[in-house]
Amino acid sequence: MSHEVVEKNVGLMAVLMVLAVSMGGLAEIVPLFFMKDTTVPVDGLKPYTALQLEGRDIYLKNGCYNCHSQMIRPFRAETERYGHYSVAGEFVYDHPFQWGSKRTGPDLARVGGRYSDDWHRTHLNNPRDVVPESNMPGFPWMATTVLDGADTAAKMKVMQTLGVPYTDEEIAKGAEEVKGKTEQDALVAYLQNLGTVIKTQR
Amino acid sequence: MSSFWSAWIIVIALGNIFACYWLVRWTTKKRPGEAAQGDVTGHAWDGLQEFNNPLPRWWLWLFYITIVFSLVYLVLFPGLGTFKGYLGWTSQGSQYGAEMDNAAKTFDPIFKKYAAMPIEQVASDADAHGMGQRMFLSYCALCHGSDGKGAKGFPNLADADWLYGGTPDQIKQSIMMGRQGAMPPHPALAGDDLDKVANYVASLSGRTEGVDAAKAEAGKAMYPTLDCVACHGADGKGNQAMGAPNLTDTTWLYGSSLDTIKETISKGRNGKMPAHADFLGADKVHLLAAYVYSLSKK
Repeated sequence: MSHEVVEKNVGLMAVLMVLAVSMGGLAEIVPLFFMKDTTVPVDGLKPYTALQLEGRDIYLKNGCYNCHSQMIRPFRAETERYGHYSVAGEFVYDHPFQWGSKRTGPDLARVGGRYSDDWHRTHLNNPRDVVPESNMPGFPWMATTVLDGADTAAKMKVMQTLGVPYTDEEIAKGAEEVKGKTEQDALVAYLQNLGTVIKTQR
Repeated sequence: MSSFWSAWIIVIALGNIFACYWLVRWTTKKRPGEAAQGDVTGHAWDGLQEFNNPLPRWWLWLFYITIVFSLVYLVLFPGLGTFKGYLGWTSQGSQYGAEMDNAAKTFDPIFKKYAAMPIEQVASDADAHGMGQRMFLSYCALCHGSDGKGAKGFPNLADADWLYGGTPDQIKQSIMMGRQGAMPPHPALAGDDLDKVANYVASLSGRTEGVDAAKAEAGKAMYPTLDCVACHGADGKGNQAMGAPNLTDTTWLYGSSLDTIKETISKGRNGKMPAHADFLGADKVHLLAAYVYSLSKK
């Protein structure tokens, strides 16, 4: 058989191409689905509360990931500023995770507890009220947009099917916990929880 | 990683390298019936003819070099399943660890030197000032501003007014352990009563502009009967032990307009300074405290 056979047979060539490009994924990605490092949560990791989960959706809805990563790499320049580098076990309940790679703004992987709730509210309404040099857009409508919690239980159920250990009781209470809260409440609750499981000195 | 997945990765990685080698050999092999090197192959398109020329040597050698490189790499660095590689390299252990150790060797003596000095002395040291300023910009400026002058709800550190005290030890304590302000809401105080108390509070700093003197007088009579005195004191001078602001000065954390004062009284305030002992450590906080202390001494 010569290479000519492959060149003249589109079907065979397509099959061989798919085989060739899937090799990297088979060796580098597939084993991660079965490794303890990536599938077992770090000690103390809790699933997002209903309000935090809604806050996470606000984060996605407004495209925060376009400017903020959630992944601290093991370099001194990063750990001095942000804290302990991120480990895979912290993201086991994230579907999908928000690692990102674009940092127009700072990394948020360990922003939880760094600033007060008041700071986050002021900052979300108009970042320049607290950081005059900031080029982040303001999100003032979040303070007045009230959540009804209609989809909260459904979202939690989806997470449950993806392996997040929500109890049926928690799911039943989900809507109640969210109802009447603003988008800003939810987002602040989400942000204040980020990266708080691992605490070390920077 | 289980031995199955380790073997899985090794087989795929080495299998692919071998497959690349085989592909290069296979396509360079001379086949029966093919045109002699340099002759036309018989393929012609619009007068353009294909010659049977081999891949340039340098190009072919690049393929072989790449294959050798990948094998050498897999011997030195981790790549073949659980095999750690002869250099023992890891991103979090050897590389990050070495980077941190080097930094510790360079910077720890400097931090220790300043940690052993009293804060007042550190505050007047030019190098320490520079270090403190750079850390302040990284860790503190988001709330207190790059000049330390604060913002609404976030105290000005560059003046002589202190909520929790301005001695070096008190500043260090504020940074290390954080502070939690607790002005409770007063929903029961509303309408005319709220107006009177707010006017009185505004008048305490000697302000007359925009203050209704009659209402302030009425508020003055109410003030001792309210729970304001528990924290702000009978004279309204506040209490640094609780972080209760002095109402008789002209510094206003949340704003001095009557509307803001009313909002503060009826809804309460919960200013919070996060604790930094855990993520900065005492030595860095010592330098930061000195920098903040120096800000107010200018």
